[in-house]
Amino acid sequence: MKYVDSAQVQKNMGGRLRTNQIMKILFLISTLIGLVVLVVLFYRVLADGLGWINMNFLTNRLSVDADRAGIMGAILGTLWLMLVVAPVTMFLGIGTAIYLEEYAKKGRFQSFIQTNIANLAGVPSIVFGILGLTVFVRGMGLGNIVLAGGLTMALLVLPIVVVASQEALRSVPQFLREASYGMGATKWQTIKKVVLPAAIPGILTGVILALSRAVGETAPLTVIGIPALLIPFPDSILDKFTVLPMQIYYWTIDSALVAEYSNLAAATIVILLLILLIMNSIAVIIRNKFQKRF
Amino acid sequence: MDNEQNRDLKVREMIQQNKQNVSLNSVTEKLMPRFLFVVAIISIITTIGIVITLLTETVHFFRDVSFAEFFTGTELSPLGSDAEFGILPLVTGTIISSTIAMFVAIPIGLMSAIFLSEYASEGVRRTLKPLLEVLAGIPTIVYGFFAFTFVTPLLRTIIPGLEPTNILSPGLVMGVMIIPMIASLSEDAMSSVPNAMREGALALGATKLETTWRVVIPAAMSGIVASFVLGISRAIGETMIVTIASGSSKNFTFDVTQSMQTMTAYIVEVTGGEAPAGSTLYYSLYAVAMTLFVFTLIMNLIAQYISKRFREGY
Repeated sequence: MKYVDSAQVQKNMGGRLRTNQIMKILFLISTLIGLVVLVVLFYRVLADGLGWINMNFLTNRLSVDADRAGIMGAILGTLWLMLVVAPVTMFLGIGTAIYLEEYAKKGRFQSFIQTNIANLAGVPSIVFGILGLTVFVRGMGLGNIVLAGGLTMALLVLPIVVVASQEALRSVPQFLREASYGMGATKWQTIKKVVLPAAIPGILTGVILALSRAVGETAPLTVIGIPALLIPFPDSILDKFTVLPMQIYYWTIDSALVAEYSNLAAATIVILLLILLIMNSIAVIIRNKFQKRF
Repeated sequence: MDNEQNRDLKVREMIQQNKQNVSLNSVTEKLMPRFLFVVAIISIITTIGIVITLLTETVHFFRDVSFAEFFTGTELSPLGSDAEFGILPLVTGTIISSTIAMFVAIPIGLMSAIFLSEYASEGVRRTLKPLLEVLAGIPTIVYGFFAFTFVTPLLRTIIPGLEPTNILSPGLVMGVMIIPMIASLSEDAMSSVPNAMREGALALGATKLETTWRVVIPAAMSGIVASFVLGISRAIGETMIVTIASGSSKNFTFDVTQSMQTMTAYIVEVTGGEAPAGSTLYYSLYAVAMTLFVFTLIMNLIAQYISKRFREGY
């Protein structure tokens, strides 16, 4: 006796199976739309900008003359900015994560800080710019220098570092801590010599991702008031500065006036994306190579 | 004899030293939690700092401009002697650009999530998902450039009446930018639906589509809706794309082919113009930023509430 008549099943389910197939193709197309835009964007930027990248472009100062304009100042500005953002955000982010994961008692206060960090991550970056303008630039009278921009950016990317570090600390198994206590180590010794070394790949990955966010961020710096003028190269964290995204911004909005500025913007985008690609590759390598599975 | 005494002394020294070490250790042991507590407090101080700066300056603003004028005024012309400070043009600009973005991001993001979570093989998923996430890692300024120099000219060949700066193009590009966020969060929510539920539906004769639509999506609804809300919040706070591609005319209009200004773009324009501190124009910056902050905060709280309250435990 035949239990299932496949012809009958086909007949009954045919329409539904066909809908399933059609929708599957639709879902695939949707997924590909994002990727197509990505390819067009990359193609567009490379086609416009690649021809403009040469040694002069990389090492020259800014100039109103498109043929002589270079982005050395913006590259140096980005580096100086990172010299402020990296230590500040690492110190605050890792410290907060250690407190939350290792010391804080599970309770209202801990979940209050946790909720606060989640909300901070959702605050628009431009609002951080307003905070920086009010507190660092005007309140402390720093002016629009690297230090003020860096502190603002450090607070902006802080939640990324905290969350990544917390996850890294949480993934260190309890038995490592217990073994350390068993050997007579104190809590801080255990954290310093056992937990942190085990968690460091995850923490570093988070830090690099946070920094790459800071490298590409523009909005808070426009609020702080980074000048479009030609300024000397920054030599310390107390100098005025510009960064790559700001340069892209000014060249893009001025491309209506001088057509070549659009190419300069595209060329700067290529450099910016290259820097981000390198940073993200380092993060991936660290994660894959050093992350131990317990 | 002498030797023994010497050794005895050394042991004493060692004990002494050890005691010192222990006391030093116990000091660090006591200080470290307090020190780290202070560090952890900084994130709260940051939030308080944001709220206080916005509040105090907003209060100044409302000494010059009435509540009613600000929240119901349809005219915004902050410069000149007869300045008008109605926020409605900025609010409509923000809502329209976010709506356009959501029209792109929600269907495409959700369908991508369905494909990645339900249809794609493990290998395909592992290649496509990181590629999609590259979209999320591209700085917004690059999207701004793309919208202004590529999407707008392209749209102008299709829609002849489109202005060189308009709200449509940045809205669409913003939507593309938010796709990976919605796709990724929704996919996480759908992947966490246990396989037993899928198997149950399939065993009853449902097709994969029916299983997804009637079983997986309802089960993952809280995560999916939370991802939409977070996407909206992201769109409201997005700055550079709209600043570059939508211009700065403060029209009170619903015509997407026209230039409109969002709240974020207004903040960039006013600060970029170096508004003198103490002027109404300067304070208007904070009033607008406060409104923006409240908008996004409400969205984020809703998202958190939804994902906590309606999470189904399996």
